[in-house]
Amino acid sequence: METFQKLSAIAAPLLRINIDTDAIIPSREMKRVSKTGLSEGLFAGWRYLEPGSRKPNPEFILNQNPYQDAKILLSGANFGCGSSREHAVWALEEWGIRCIIAPSFGAIFFSNCVRNGILPVVLDHSIVESLASQVTSNPEKNLITVDLSQCSVTTPDGTAHSFSIRPADREMLLQGLDSIAITLKRDADILAFQTQDHHSRPWLYL
Amino acid sequence: MKRTIVEKIWDLHCVADLGDATHLLYIDRIFLHERTGSIALKGLENEQRRVRNPEHVFCTMDHIVDTFPGRTDATTMPGGSEFITTTRAASLAAGINLFDLGDDRQGIVHVVSPEQGIALPGITLVCPDSHTCTLGGLGALAWGIGSTDGEHALATKTLVVKKPALMRVSFDGSLAFGVTAKDMILHLIGQYTAAGGVGFAVEFCGEAIRELSIEARMTLCNMAVEFGAWTGIVAPDEKTFEYVRGRPYAPRTDLWDQAILHWQSLCSDPDAHFDKEIQIDCSDIVPQITWGTSPQHEVGIDGIVPDPKNEPDAHIRQSIERALDYMALEPGTPLEGIPIDAAFIGSCTNSRLSDLRTAAEILKDHRIAPGVKAICVPGSSQVKKAAEAEGLDKIFTAAGFEWRESGCSMCFFAGGESFGNQERVVTSTNRNFENRQGPRTRSHLASPATVAASAIHGCLTDVRKLGNQ
Repeated sequence: METFQKLSAIAAPLLRINIDTDAIIPSREMKRVSKTGLSEGLFAGWRYLEPGSRKPNPEFILNQNPYQDAKILLSGANFGCGSSREHAVWALEEWGIRCIIAPSFGAIFFSNCVRNGILPVVLDHSIVESLASQVTSNPEKNLITVDLSQCSVTTPDGTAHSFSIRPADREMLLQGLDSIAITLKRDADILAFQTQDHHSRPWLYL
Repeated sequence: MKRTIVEKIWDLHCVADLGDATHLLYIDRIFLHERTGSIALKGLENEQRRVRNPEHVFCTMDHIVDTFPGRTDATTMPGGSEFITTTRAASLAAGINLFDLGDDRQGIVHVVSPEQGIALPGITLVCPDSHTCTLGGLGALAWGIGSTDGEHALATKTLVVKKPALMRVSFDGSLAFGVTAKDMILHLIGQYTAAGGVGFAVEFCGEAIRELSIEARMTLCNMAVEFGAWTGIVAPDEKTFEYVRGRPYAPRTDLWDQAILHWQSLCSDPDAHFDKEIQIDCSDIVPQITWGTSPQHEVGIDGIVPDPKNEPDAHIRQSIERALDYMALEPGTPLEGIPIDAAFIGSCTNSRLSDLRTAAEILKDHRIAPGVKAICVPGSSQVKKAAEAEGLDKIFTAAGFEWRESGCSMCFFAGGESFGNQERVVTSTNRNFENRQGPRTRSHLASPATVAASAIHGCLTDVRKLGNQ
């Protein structure tokens, strides 16, 4: 997993509320049993003019210059709600998004981001709005800086907003850790738990 | 210390305290399906990791398989058979329990797991599927995860989870005629938004919940995720125990009393602390219907399409405008009477035997309106068999419904079968997102009763009026 430390990048505002994972990647774009090859299907329903076509919709923000090079997405509340499909995160990551800033996230989507090197940042609605308005006045120049070690988002005008993130999630992103490898080291604890649990809830052991 | 049911189950599964309210939780059961389970099993294989306790892992085929009679591994979804064959091969290699095509235990994952007695009160159960919260209806702590966390659970039998905040939603009073669990949850989401439950585990309680059947409690908990919640749960009671008794994976007879004793302790203590409380008076709930592209875009069937001009918040206003444009609806239009092109009964929300019975009762001796395409997809092979034994299939087909094999079917469009471009569908499913049921398909979420009544009339219909005829 790629680490996340500090990023200064173009941010694309997509300030709709309740953007669901069906919108991020429609079911029909998950064509293979694979974590790759998904970026073409990213936001397919909005990004292309006709369903199933690949003709770009010029009105969709990620089709516009310079947002095609965006690495940060600004969004409305409850981003990534709906289906658990991790493909939504794989598609965003493959397209080039490394950080999403929104007032709130779907719970499963949030975890999926952290497991894949994407930083989900929770900031107040009003702050996300102000970031969006500063960016749109000159997106190429008005970059947004996200520093995970400082837990800060710095706007083009130099204002720093701090955000909070669970320490374990922060470490995982900063170091690109493999959570399974970490837990496997606790195998003795798990075995001890199972032995005791087998005794207290025997009906669950098939 | 006073504890809620969620805290009791949580504490019982805590393998290690990782600090910052985060714990390594023991996972009792893992369920997979061919869309997201396939990738989790394959990911594990690629890392040369093994499934820690394959006897506690189950897998079914529901998301990609066709639901036409005589189906095979071939699918109408382009490339779909790869999901089926990969899942089959990986399941066999890992030694997990597979309910394959043709197995009479096959069906929608969240219909199958309670049906087989795999989901039980007080257990932790995860699945790489957001509607895993359905199993809260049995008093299980069950939640949806991504595929990577699926790999984690498979390899370690645990997950690293932060304790959610706790919410209690009380449904007081009784439900009126024609009002169901589906209407309760849609009403809650409509009142408190699709993000109202973000960060919370939600316990549903109150008089109306006690009166609900176990299947109805599953419908209610199913859409906790549409409320934004981490999961939903209903404390188990005698009804739950009776539901579980005798199912294939339920506790053995000699361990039954011990299990019951444990399950009886699974309720929130009086005065246990909740971070948020919501009270809903059931007499306020009428049959619900969605008009937009989020589950929060909903009103009573006797309501009208809202006017975005009345919405002060710019983002909500824009979301309403966008939804009305997509749905081709004008502000002020009464929902009742909007013509439909199709009707769908199925999905992990509303495809159990009780749902089919309710719909069949309405459809009996009626024909659906000319030009309406209507489909019923039983939630599992067992549901299908039981429904056929009661003759429900005959009622559905005589009314003009198609009667299918079990699966997720047209709850979502995966590239195969769909409702058509700009078709208007009244559906017993859980998501009315843009393009969810087909490119530009317009979905109206409702209870199976409302779907059946609407299919007969060819327009969105107040099921209460049908009852009075």
